[in-house]
Amino acid sequence: MNRHSSASFLLSVCVLTGLVLVAIFAPFVAPYSPTDVLAAPFAMPNADNLLGTDALGRDLLSRTIYGLRYTLGIATFVTVVACALGVVLAIMAAVRKGWLDMVIGRGVDSVMAIPQIIFALIVLAVAGISLTTLVCTMIVLEATLFFRILRASAGDIAAMDFIEVARLRGEKLPWYIFREILPNLAPTLIAEFGIRFAYASLFISALSFLGVGIQPPEADLGGLVRENALAISIGRTAPLVPAFVIAAIAVAANGIVDWFVHKYSIRSELGQ
Amino acid sequence: MRHPLLSFVIQRAGSGLISLVVVSVLVFVGTAMLPGDAAQAILGQDATPQALSELRQELGLNDPLFLRYWNWVAGALQGDMGMSFSSKRPVVEVLIPRLTNSMILALSAAAIALPLAIGLGIIAALNRESLLDRMISMVSMWLVSIPAFLSGYILINIFSTRLGWFPGLAIIRSSATLADWANALALPVATLVFITIAHTMRLTRTAILSVMASDYILMAEIKGLSPRRIVLKHALPNALSPILSISMLTIASLMVGVVVVEAVFSYTGMGKLMVDAVAYRDLPLVQACGVCFSLVFILFNFAADFLSILVNPRLREPKA
Amino acid sequence: MSFLEIENLLVKAGDKTLLSNISVRMEKGEVLGLIGESGAGKSTLGLASIGFLRPGCRVASGEVRLMGQSLLAMSQEELRQLRQRKVAYVAQSAAAAFNPFYRLEDQVTELRALQKQVSRPERRDIACSLFERLQLPDPEKFCRKYPHQVSGGQLQRAMIAMALLNDPELIVFDEPTTALDVTTQMEVLRVIRHVISEQQCAAIYVSHDLAVISQISDRIVVLRNGEIVEQDETRRIIEQPAQDYTRALVAHRKVGEFAGQPPEANAVIEARSLDLGYGANKVVSNVDLQIACGEIVALVGESGSGKTTVARSIAGLLPPRAGTISMNGKKLADNIDHRADDIRRRIQFIHQLPDVALNPRQTVRTALSRPLRKFLKLSGPSLQDRLNALMDEVELSRELLDRYPGALSGGQKQRVCIARCLAAEPDILICDEVTSALDALVEDSILKLLWRLQQQRDIGILFITHNLGVTRRFAHSVVIMERGKIVEQGSTEDVFADPKQDYTKRLLASEPTTRRGWLDDQLAAKV
Repeated sequence: MNRHSSASFLLSVCVLTGLVLVAIFAPFVAPYSPTDVLAAPFAMPNADNLLGTDALGRDLLSRTIYGLRYTLGIATFVTVVACALGVVLAIMAAVRKGWLDMVIGRGVDSVMAIPQIIFALIVLAVAGISLTTLVCTMIVLEATLFFRILRASAGDIAAMDFIEVARLRGEKLPWYIFREILPNLAPTLIAEFGIRFAYASLFISALSFLGVGIQPPEADLGGLVRENALAISIGRTAPLVPAFVIAAIAVAANGIVDWFVHKYSIRSELGQ
Repeated sequence: MRHPLLSFVIQRAGSGLISLVVVSVLVFVGTAMLPGDAAQAILGQDATPQALSELRQELGLNDPLFLRYWNWVAGALQGDMGMSFSSKRPVVEVLIPRLTNSMILALSAAAIALPLAIGLGIIAALNRESLLDRMISMVSMWLVSIPAFLSGYILINIFSTRLGWFPGLAIIRSSATLADWANALALPVATLVFITIAHTMRLTRTAILSVMASDYILMAEIKGLSPRRIVLKHALPNALSPILSISMLTIASLMVGVVVVEAVFSYTGMGKLMVDAVAYRDLPLVQACGVCFSLVFILFNFAADFLSILVNPRLREPKA
Repeated sequence: MSFLEIENLLVKAGDKTLLSNISVRMEKGEVLGLIGESGAGKSTLGLASIGFLRPGCRVASGEVRLMGQSLLAMSQEELRQLRQRKVAYVAQSAAAAFNPFYRLEDQVTELRALQKQVSRPERRDIACSLFERLQLPDPEKFCRKYPHQVSGGQLQRAMIAMALLNDPELIVFDEPTTALDVTTQMEVLRVIRHVISEQQCAAIYVSHDLAVISQISDRIVVLRNGEIVEQDETRRIIEQPAQDYTRALVAHRKVGEFAGQPPEANAVIEARSLDLGYGANKVVSNVDLQIACGEIVALVGESGSGKTTVARSIAGLLPPRAGTISMNGKKLADNIDHRADDIRRRIQFIHQLPDVALNPRQTVRTALSRPLRKFLKLSGPSLQDRLNALMDEVELSRELLDRYPGALSGGQKQRVCIARCLAAEPDILICDEVTSALDALVEDSILKLLWRLQQQRDIGILFITHNLGVTRRFAHSVVIMERGKIVEQGSTEDVFADPKQDYTKRLLASEPTTRRGWLDDQLAAKV
């Protein structure tokens, strides 16, 4: 492990932890209420409003801090639920095979035959835009991706002779999941979790940016970019602030994954 | 025994078709289960019950679901996908010019992004663990994490607002010349290239490295072939299959990108059309856009699979 | 000046020493055999003699001179020219060493096309004549094939053809027959012998199989852990080995160590008229098999003979299409999932590759405890006592209990697998090629262990193997399979002394021995 990648790993961890803490303690961290109109629209950054104001003259910093809550909250919830779903389905499919594997596999293939954002747009159009629909749709989409990756890895592990040894011994499903497969799947799973978390943050932001995600007056980071999009044409950078925060989340998550993957592959090379 | 290529084509065409049917059923049934219906949507809330029931009769909304699905599919196959609620024009008429615009945008981006990404991926793989490789992989990690609207707005801020080289809005007039097109598309295409290039680059690098680790590459070195010949004649042809699959992923991410990029640059493509249709709940239009996007997606998928089989003798040539 | 001179060669990969203190000479037209177990550095030495080091390796000191030229002083380009024109290499796995993208004719003649303008029809003629020399059937058609379209033995011959393209002065054969069945190995050995004598070139033959090496080479270099144990004329090494290690290697081939007459006992496991298959393929038909208490039955066959399929079916992993499997006269469920725990305990299965038969994320303790808890309901101190006793029984240090499999050697892993089966206190042990992935001496020690355990515990063993030498000294009775059918069975002594079937005779004849002139006799018998 070289010094450079450890440094970028540490930086990533710090950034992500910092953002999470800010989101959790938003009411204490934010200088103003996110809904108070304080100054002229699109005010330049100044001593009162560190990042300037938005299209209605609200404090951009405070709005970004509250927006962060939405983005991180949704991304975390979606990723955790989708991961749990994906893991259970993937291992069940890999161990049991047969019709169950085929049904889940076919279902996942069908969902994946539609580009993700298009799938989300269709569901949102049909079911109407609401937080529940949004979260459920994202869980379905993320779970299919988890399933695809984990089914392949779990399949490789399930093809190993030690799984056959367990079968010869007459083990039951929980033993397979927790004692045989999951410990071997852990590195893949952790890396995939990071990637999917970054993706979920980008995805919810994109939907809100398009106006089909979190609805005003509430706003997540993507929604803030949308609200302030007009400023860009008059040369102000207001929409760039929340956009940079989104990028920071994704970069930090991917940075941690990178370090992890790198470290793990080195270990597996020297392991034997 | 059937030729492997033929059985592959049949199998993949079959599963593509199934996916398409599933998509259309999802889209259709989903829309049909909504409270309120097309008649209500067309006539608005104040419509008299009399008018509503007449229109329902006319639109066939009282028929059983599967019959309506069948009529819808039959219509779609003949180029009739119903009327758009919001513009009161046939969906197909609205859709076609937007689809053309989106394809122009996406394909121009693919034409730049694919060669660039694959080239950089190969360079990174051949200089493994060098400074260049590390820089490429770091930049690619940044690019993959940056949302499309951020790179879009940064480009606008620099090249439009500050430097004034390109327009910030990609508006195409009907009288546009090729130069106008290029001028308007420059920033959206650049944005798309940014967001798609990273993934393709990384995967290409991995694909090349895994081929370079195989025994036949070692054999080629032992035979005394030059590094250049080994890469071009022995490694690259075998990496083609995975690279084609990767290109498919690039195109998939382009389609997602198109939706956001069109919104950033107010470009009149199918992505923006669909987003607007979702906002207005113009369901026939959403249905049509969804099916259309999926169709393009499935076709590209099929093409990539087909080509990657074509360049792989192990899959192409029968075993015995 | 000798043809090849290697002096005090030291090769390193990072901090690891691959070869040290290597000094070897060979003369023109000589065949040099390099023997050693995995990790001995024999391939590295073979490659170094033609001026090639694997990526990451470097020569730290020493000298390699081929035909009077120092290879270490040459530039990369000069070395490439040398390997293109003067020397050639035949790899172990032809299936992996041929580029799947090109037809055989193009790959075999690639170097010719590089050197001067040769038209495609000319290239095909060259390829055809090479293939003809190696007695490949229908060279015209063979030319046009892709690597995946021909058999392993044919592909290995195609690789030898590729080596002969530029009439090399030195050919390095790197375990060219290791991946092949004995009868196929015979054909390839014949071709190699023929090629070496016809070509009048020098050859280095790398192998882990002393019998094969002794038949092919004039001189033998014995390698271990990157160092030379001893080197001399083939006959001297075989007949009067000077070092303990070499003596053990030679002794490994001695016959009649332990087996005796089959015990007089009733069959514990009985399989009747088994028909087995996967999907549309019928792999095994009408197999009858019995294993008695305390009996070792060897099930012998080449790859594709269906021997492993039979074993898996008895274990309940592959339900038969027809026929029955019974234990002590009672019919067993076809599928392991439907067998009672007690039956699962009584029939234990040991896999071929201990690497994948042990979960890399479970310690030895976890792996061994599970059957003790599940089958014998042990826990607490009695469990720990049993664990220690098991480790003693398979001759492993108790300290290894808390290691992960990654920290164990191949032989140790296989011992853990054996201990895991013993933990269940089985009546029948099914061993599926359990020693074929191990080095000769490790194989010996595992066989001795199995033999001792079998004697102490009176277990019946079904021993699946392709190795006739092992069969001869390990099994009471033998069952020989070919293409899914039993061709011959009987007590080991009878079958080996007086084989009745042609296939058995051919199989026995193909098993290499260190006897002087064995290969020549075989070749003479063929013609």
